[in-house]
Amino acid sequence: MNWVAWKMLNGDTAKYLGAVFGVAFGVLLITQQASIFVGLMSRTANPLRDVREASVWVTDRHQQNADEIEPIADGAVHRIRGVEGMDWAVRLYKGVARARRPDGIFRQVILLGVDDHSFVGAPRTILMGDLADLRRPSAVFIDKAGHESLWPGEPLQLGREIEMNERRAVIVGICETSAPFQSFPVVVATYSQATRFIARERKQLSFVVGAPVAGVTPAEACRRIKAATGFEALTYDQFVWQTINYYMANTGIPVNFGITIVLGFIVGAAIAGQTFYLFTLENLRHFGALKAMGVNNRRLIGMVLLQAAVIGAVGYSLGVGMAVAFFEVTGRVLPDLRGINIPWQVAVGTAGVVVAIITFASLMSLRRVLLLEPAVVFRG
Amino acid sequence: MPTALDTPASDPSAPPPAVGVACRGIAKEFGSGETRTRVLHGIDVDIGCGALTLLVGPSGCGKTTLISIIAGLLDPTAGDVTLFGTPQSQLRGNRLVDFRARNVGFVFQQYNLLPSLTAAENVAVPLLVARQPRKRAIEQAAGVLEAVGLGSRLKAFPNQLSGGQQQRVAIARALVHEPRLLVCDEPTAALDSHSGQTVMELLKSVAVHPERTVIVVTHDSRVLQFGDRLLEMADGRIVLDTIPHSRS
Repeated sequence: MNWVAWKMLNGDTAKYLGAVFGVAFGVLLITQQASIFVGLMSRTANPLRDVREASVWVTDRHQQNADEIEPIADGAVHRIRGVEGMDWAVRLYKGVARARRPDGIFRQVILLGVDDHSFVGAPRTILMGDLADLRRPSAVFIDKAGHESLWPGEPLQLGREIEMNERRAVIVGICETSAPFQSFPVVVATYSQATRFIARERKQLSFVVGAPVAGVTPAEACRRIKAATGFEALTYDQFVWQTINYYMANTGIPVNFGITIVLGFIVGAAIAGQTFYLFTLENLRHFGALKAMGVNNRRLIGMVLLQAAVIGAVGYSLGVGMAVAFFEVTGRVLPDLRGINIPWQVAVGTAGVVVAIITFASLMSLRRVLLLEPAVVFRG
Repeated sequence: MPTALDTPASDPSAPPPAVGVACRGIAKEFGSGETRTRVLHGIDVDIGCGALTLLVGPSGCGKTTLISIIAGLLDPTAGDVTLFGTPQSQLRGNRLVDFRARNVGFVFQQYNLLPSLTAAENVAVPLLVARQPRKRAIEQAAGVLEAVGLGSRLKAFPNQLSGGQQQRVAIARALVHEPRLLVCDEPTAALDSHSGQTVMELLKSVAVHPERTVIVVTHDSRVLQFGDRLLEMADGRIVLDTIPHSRS
């Protein structure tokens, strides 16, 4: 009878496609919005992810995330290095500066200052130039998206000049960085250069990053640093989640995306549920005839569930396919969406939502089919 | 000149046909309390095999309720129906459903063919219900469609067939699993006179079988000539039990 159920479904093309597109549209909306949400939240911690060598992050004890920074004294790095169990520790600057082209066009940029000697925190993917050139006077690297933002439509080129804090900077390299939460260009310099590109403050050090010796866990190292120095010390994972949780709790992003995701569920459930219900309703006399001919309730349930499962599977595949296509296209065309893709957790979660939508639609339909008296077939 | 109506339906010298359907004290009520309505009032009737029995009567007299109970689609409020020696009261749930699947065929007024299945596939449905492999079921269905004169329309969909042809497909579907009881509800109501005659001729020639009971509910006076026996109902009772040629 499964074959009959399949043919019944395919025979009513309009309703079949209506229900499939209802699910697909809901899946597209949910997958796309959930992926962007996860991508944005993940981006808040990207500055930490790019410093792959460091498992210990030391900051001011009132620091709440990786973007709002209360600088600490430069000498803090020596105190951290002195904590028992630390293998190494270096300075890292992160701040916002204004980069101005010679013709006056400017943009806010994220300025990273990496350790002058070790280059800990420097970009790994170099598209043009040599990282060692960062040691040249006034040298900076800029990320590809930043170059395209400052010189739109122009080819990538080394030797261009920008001005930050009335100081000349020469672009000696172009790199890729993880997309930051704020869609600003990323400019990388050595720590000593970076501190010249910003207004002078008494304290300038954003972070001390480091790693413990073998045998000491990052968590243990952090505990020792806190005890010895009074600074906030976090493991990489702790700092990532502290930053993400800060944005979750203090911005409207989760609520806005949450509303769209709920709307996607409601729209998907409403369109798919109603269309599938109407499909069942219009086929009630056929279900009645099948019941009269000896199809028991168990087999009828199987038929309805099969029809719903087909709608769910096809709609889900179509919706996820459209979402993948969306990110493939926009990732290339819109730099702001680069690096955002569909995490497997979102794909699995959306599949769960589809199961819920289809279960809802099936229950509505099954109720009518199961309560149907086969004698109804004799009532014209 | 004698007509079909004048012709005795059965040979008086032949042995009486075996009883296929035996109704004893069948009563049916719908609703409860003040809205309770008694539709059937203790019907006792035996319907034999090998003959075409017509069930006639005005709308609301209880014909549909009676055939629904006979076919096992509706439970009587009182009384019992014995089909081919098996009391329905002994069959419950899936046993009744399986019994119906094996022993009862239906022809509906509105044909109730699945629009997305071809004629052969529609006819094969009762065999699929009986879990026959699809290919074999469709082959067997094609044979029955040949027998009802639709061998050339095996792959036609219902919307590509005339009303008469659709009803012939429905008859083929009702007979494909060789049921012992065939219940037809107003099989000619939606057809023109010619198609109605064709359908009744088909029922008479193909459906009537020494081991099968055929009951046709009808309002259509044009088809009375095809009946071997006529049961007339009024107000939930059988008020006339005769053979059509004896009616004046």
